[in-house]
Amino acid sequence: MDASLIILALMDGVSYAALLFLVALGLTLIFGVMHILNIAHGSLYAWGGYFAATLGLAITSLSLPPVLGLPALFVAAIIIGGLLGTVLEFFLLRRILDKDPILQLLVTFAAFMVLEDLQRLIWGVQPVFVSDVVGQLGTLEVAGVTYTRYQLLVLPSVAVVAFVGLRWFLRKTALGRQVTAVTHHREIATAMGVNTHRVMWLTMALGGALGALGGALASPTTSFTPGIGAEMMVLSFAVVATAGLGQIGGAALAALMIGLARSFSIYLMPELEVLMPYLIMVAVLLVRPEGLFSTVATRRI
Amino acid sequence: MKLKTLCAIAATLALVHGAATAQDKPAELKIGISTFTSGPASVFGVPGKAAAELLIDEMNKAGGIGGVKVTPIFIDEGIGGDKLLSEYRRLVQEQGIRTMLSAISSGNCNIIAPVAEDLKVLNVMWDCGTEKILEDKRYKYVVRTQANATTEMVASVLYLLKVRPDLKTIAVVNQDYAWGRDSWEIFLNALKVFKPDVRVVAEMFPKFGASDFSTEISRLQALRPDVVLNTGWGGDLDTFVRQAGQRGLFKQNITFVMPLLESSLERLGDAVPAGIIAGGRGDHYWAHPETRDDPKHKDFVAKFRAKTGAYPIYPTYHMAQALVGLKTGYEAAIKANGGKWPSPEQVAEAMRKMKFKAYGREVTMREDGQGLEAQLLGVTKRDPKYPFAVIDKMVLIPAELVTTPVGQKSPVWIKSINPGLAKVLATDEFKPHDFK
Repeated sequence: MDASLIILALMDGVSYAALLFLVALGLTLIFGVMHILNIAHGSLYAWGGYFAATLGLAITSLSLPPVLGLPALFVAAIIIGGLLGTVLEFFLLRRILDKDPILQLLVTFAAFMVLEDLQRLIWGVQPVFVSDVVGQLGTLEVAGVTYTRYQLLVLPSVAVVAFVGLRWFLRKTALGRQVTAVTHHREIATAMGVNTHRVMWLTMALGGALGALGGALASPTTSFTPGIGAEMMVLSFAVVATAGLGQIGGAALAALMIGLARSFSIYLMPELEVLMPYLIMVAVLLVRPEGLFSTVATRRI
Repeated sequence: MKLKTLCAIAATLALVHGAATAQDKPAELKIGISTFTSGPASVFGVPGKAAAELLIDEMNKAGGIGGVKVTPIFIDEGIGGDKLLSEYRRLVQEQGIRTMLSAISSGNCNIIAPVAEDLKVLNVMWDCGTEKILEDKRYKYVVRTQANATTEMVASVLYLLKVRPDLKTIAVVNQDYAWGRDSWEIFLNALKVFKPDVRVVAEMFPKFGASDFSTEISRLQALRPDVVLNTGWGGDLDTFVRQAGQRGLFKQNITFVMPLLESSLERLGDAVPAGIIAGGRGDHYWAHPETRDDPKHKDFVAKFRAKTGAYPIYPTYHMAQALVGLKTGYEAAIKANGGKWPSPEQVAEAMRKMKFKAYGREVTMREDGQGLEAQLLGVTKRDPKYPFAVIDKMVLIPAELVTTPVGQKSPVWIKSINPGLAKVLATDEFKPHDFK
């Protein structure tokens, strides 16, 4: 494998990791605050993608200016994330906060299945795809290989902005500090006067929007089909588990590791590609059972 | 002990029931149809089901099968092999259904075929492709009214040799499951018969349902093989074609072979460039060079479009073949049975000796239950009249040339193919038909 191939593998790996990171970020944020592993997060990815495609088609059919294509992806993510996140938080997650983790898992899994069926009702079973955005942005050539600007520039930038923005929000803003407080201990945060209901609603909407953004940004390059949400759910869970549940920095590193390992394996050993995320997860968890970045849980009493 | 006795009673009852239906004409002929209504393969299953509903409706208006009304009962293949099997048994043992069309997935056919044989149920494998089922074992109750993977892949190789006779290197990007692996094995073995020096530069099997082929595409751009094979379908194939187009892979001097592209053409719209070798698992195409003006075919295309809003794709034609085949078989068996209603084994027997024609060329059934179905291959072309690519330079390859003979097994037979076969395609008989 020569130097140019290494560059190619790096670039493919980074653009793949960017999408994976966005979805995993939402999942890990929700877990951090609510301590619930939200299986329905996979549906948010799928719905985000489908809805973005619907908006993309609307732009074409209403002959609106094509430059709206890229902003429409973000609009789609915010609408779907806000809407579904709110519905899920209000009707389900809020009611199972103190229940057994197994029950929480089952409830969110049920929500996932309901959403998956609704999605089939709305968008059908044929693959859905709207790719005008990628075409508009054009391509660039690296080491004799053509890449789209979309995957090489847009995706990684969005991931970096989401990462930096979320960290800034959690550390520097009053609301973000409240979210962090709830993450540490819900009851104490409540006792200190934090409106935990509002924080949780916000977290679900934000986390949901991140998941939906992953889908929306994938929609110009990927055909959306039934079952795509489950795929992404499993992968992003691998990222979150490798990182340590609730760890934002860890999620970035784990997504990058998985993305790069995957693209390098396609060059060197294609047979291992499918296994790669799980091999990394197993390897990390063997050494650090709590995940890469998890600190030892502080005693609460 | 008790369970065994119960089973024995149930089995006896089933037999008695079967014997009864063998003589009296039933009020209706219930047929069980397994199809994907969930999961990624619903891109085939849902159009297949729509075709079944449409065609059975038409058939019933014209008097059904032997004067008996046909009632379909659909079961979903997307629920997985084990559950499908219990649904299948439920239809047979609780509802007394003795005629089944199953399945789309080769994995499901592998599970169903031995069970159909045990239950003494006529099973028409209406869409699955694996050649192994009918080659590895002799079945009495199982038939296939369409081609198998060997026929499809050897025909694709022959067409490729016609388009790119000087090929030296090949890469493959197939889905990582049985069909992706098996089809590559058959394709490569057949290709090596004609081109013993062909060099395989990359074998890539991305995960089934993969949503990103970016790295595969980068690697193909770096390798620049003469030929890239992709036997994928559904969302996987769509994504690959879109991403390859976005990344400029089609602008390089690579010949792409996509034996299932016909089923994605309309969906992909302008994403399919000209010059890709496309097939549709048999000789079915709405613009089939020999049957496009056949009033029955035109009527089917029009009705299917009115019902679903899309052009019919190969699974709908496979469904048509299964239903026409079933009707032909039943009617032959009724005749042979002196006008009396036949038993499933009599129909299965008749189906092995018949010829029938749906919307492609006539299909001849062999004694091992395998149908001989011609293969239509062509090259994509853009036509201003359609918002999607069409298939041009179509060649119809007769199944007899490219199918493993009865009693032989594909891996051995393929290696014994006469390399002179490639020249046959150069003769006038196989002049390509333009798209009209």
